[in-house]
Amino acid sequence: MDAIRVDNLTKRYGSVLAVDGIDFTVPVGATVGLLGGNGAGKTTTIAMLLGLLIPSGGTIEVLGHAMARDRFAALARMNFSSPYVLLPQRLTVAQNLRIYGHLYNVPDLERRILELAEALDLTALLNRRTGQLSAGQKTRVALAKALINRPELLLLDEPTASLDPDSGDWVRSWLERYRAESGCTILLASHNMAEVERLCSDVLMLKTGRIVDRGSPQDLLDRYGREDMEEVFLDIARNRGHRQGHAPGETAGGQMAGDKVPDGKTTAGKTAAGKTAEAAA
Amino acid sequence: MKQSARRIWGLMYRHLVLYQNSWPRLVELAYWPVLQMLIWGFTATFIATRMSAGPAVTAAAMLLGGVLLWEVALRSQMGVAVSFLEELWSRNLGHVFVSPMRPWEMVTAMLGMSVLRVLAGVLPAVLVAWLLYAYDLFALGPVLVLFFANLMLMGWWVALFVVSLILRHGAGAESLAWTMLFALTPFSAVFYPVSVLPKAMQAVAYALPSAYVFEGMRGVLLHGVVRWDHMAAAFALNAVWMAVAALVFAGQFRAARMSGALLNIGE
Repeated sequence: MDAIRVDNLTKRYGSVLAVDGIDFTVPVGATVGLLGGNGAGKTTTIAMLLGLLIPSGGTIEVLGHAMARDRFAALARMNFSSPYVLLPQRLTVAQNLRIYGHLYNVPDLERRILELAEALDLTALLNRRTGQLSAGQKTRVALAKALINRPELLLLDEPTASLDPDSGDWVRSWLERYRAESGCTILLASHNMAEVERLCSDVLMLKTGRIVDRGSPQDLLDRYGREDMEEVFLDIARNRGHRQGHAPGETAGGQMAGDKVPDGKTTAGKTAAGKTAEAAA
Repeated sequence: MKQSARRIWGLMYRHLVLYQNSWPRLVELAYWPVLQMLIWGFTATFIATRMSAGPAVTAAAMLLGGVLLWEVALRSQMGVAVSFLEELWSRNLGHVFVSPMRPWEMVTAMLGMSVLRVLAGVLPAVLVAWLLYAYDLFALGPVLVLFFANLMLMGWWVALFVVSLILRHGAGAESLAWTMLFALTPFSAVFYPVSVLPKAMQAVAYALPSAYVFEGMRGVLLHGVVRWDHMAAAFALNAVWMAVAALVFAGQFRAARMSGALLNIGE
């Protein structure tokens, strides 16, 4: 069962091709990283997964719902957090959580707010205005909002951006624990390579709107002969060609890793199970 | 339906607690209508001193009635547009649009806030008119409810056009929230009959529900007659304009989802 199924997804703005016919699936329960430099197409892809943006072509299925026809059913079962989309700053933490509890029709809302406050160490902050909180506290509030409806799928856009190392580590530990306990599927866009190595079972590498490579962090490290994901990221971003035996972004069979393999179903999840496009090739 | 009602309440709750947490916003609701009433009330008093008693009372009543009723349209339009702008200013629209809230539920919540903003804005001005100038707006009788309803409906469809323009052009179009209805004031015959307008402007005036409402108000004040034909025309025009505005809004919302405008609408 896939939480996300994307087929030939394309987004064109006039003459600019922001996302160029990508395919991937994310199995239920996986944590998948979406990596790429600025302008690679991460935000556009996430926006299409959230229904904020209508694709120029291709299809998206989220939790079994076709986003083109049935996006509200999917949106009720998923949630999203980004440091670039704020919560109303003049409202208190409890008021913000109450609003989103209503928007997501959360049953027994007050109890859920207290539960989340305790889990995310927000109890003492519930009556503080969100705008008065530190960056770390705001990140925890944003996570509480993203978890208010017990989402089956969580889309996180740079969840630890602008956090100090201690706060960042706290959030990463918390996400690891939460995913293990809830079985929630997570799609994570991040520029923090250590975070990706730690949290993600699989990674999709985006460049100029295409998936140029994919695999588990360890697979990618092995393939590029590198010590850490940052070096892999730079190899791909700068076309440095360190990939063992192949040019960056090219599979052994000469296909781009983002292209369909003969079974037409290259998936991040299958990558984890050892069924990568590269293996197939 | 129950879930829709809860989402609508959720967004209304968001604005209600914003007012609860921000006294300047609360004061702003009544500030302009009361100020308008003070300025025009004293103007009407001054004019009345230069006229004989009977015509003076009627002229003052038409002026103050016009001011108060036009505030209904203004406040209802701003009630919708400012609620939308509050989401834009707080950079919260992304969260709202990726929640299960349907666009029509969002619009309904903004209309609900608009009703509350009209009451909070216009009632203090009505009170000031009564206390300072002994002007009783409710003396117009039960027909006042229909005048109110028509002007609120007009404020709503104008606001839907404003929100559509903001969706298309971003925050750069936000000043329209305060100015668009003023552009319709000369055609609305708030303080004078439609007949004083040049022919071309009369054609525009008769395409607006507000012109019929204010002609109707003058009919009640001058002749004690309710012009039901005017009332019917006002409701019919509101229905047509509302349908057009809803189509434009739906089209613009979809266009914003196509162009990516929802991702950077704050810019």
